[in-house]
Amino acid sequence: MIAGEMERDSETLELRISSDVRHIDEVVADIVRMAALWEYPRKHLALNLPVALTEALSNAILRGNREDPAKSVRVRAELTAERLVVDVSDEGLGFDLAACTADPTAAGNIMREDGRGLFLMQKLMTRVERFTDGGNVVRLVLHRG
Amino acid sequence: MTFSVSQHGDVAIIDVEGQLVVSNRQDLKQRVLDEIDKGTTKVLVDFAHAGYIDSSGLGVLVSLAKRIRETGGDLRLANLNEDLQTLFELTKLDTLFQISETRDGALASF
Repeated sequence: MIAGEMERDSETLELRISSDVRHIDEVVADIVRMAALWEYPRKHLALNLPVALTEALSNAILRGNREDPAKSVRVRAELTAERLVVDVSDEGLGFDLAACTADPTAAGNIMREDGRGLFLMQKLMTRVERFTDGGNVVRLVLHRG
Repeated sequence: MTFSVSQHGDVAIIDVEGQLVVSNRQDLKQRVLDEIDKGTTKVLVDFAHAGYIDSSGLGVLVSLAKRIRETGGDLRLANLNEDLQTLFELTKLDTLFQISETRDGALASF
């Protein structure tokens, strides 16, 4: 962790990791731990958050940065009692979220080994956004409700 | 994640402990491929002690199932907790795999 801040009604965590998938578990554990302290629902802590975060981080490392050790992934998590927002930024060229429409549950795709990452993020989060902000950013938004 | 392999009759049982994710899914894949190379055609993956699974972990299970079915065998699953069951239902992989509530039930299904 390079920066952390606890305020009265929100908490922020900022991390930077190298482009190595072995770092994913630690980042996920840090953010899940933070959400647990804010008493987010059990299913959010055990399923929605860890799976969606793992997908966003692995996309950033494997596809965005192509595992280039010279490139890093930045993570910024902001949490309130109502919602959690996690920005995962890589140094890649980005992708068009709207163009990623393949349905991995379609009969022709069900036997595919890949293609479920973005689908799972969208199913498990309230909202998934992509934008550029000094890097390619995927934003995960999870409402507590 | 750690996993152990045991044998029950002609069924190879893989017990998964912890997360099956991008950083370790190749370990599981290689271990099951080793069993297939030894002639095993019936594989049971038991998730009683597993954590969450990401898309690459799901992909490995699909890959292994395809490979084993090519030999006339099958890869079956047991002991998915409520969260893992949700994951398989969301991805409709519950239609691809035979999933049993218990280890004994899965073994009896082969």
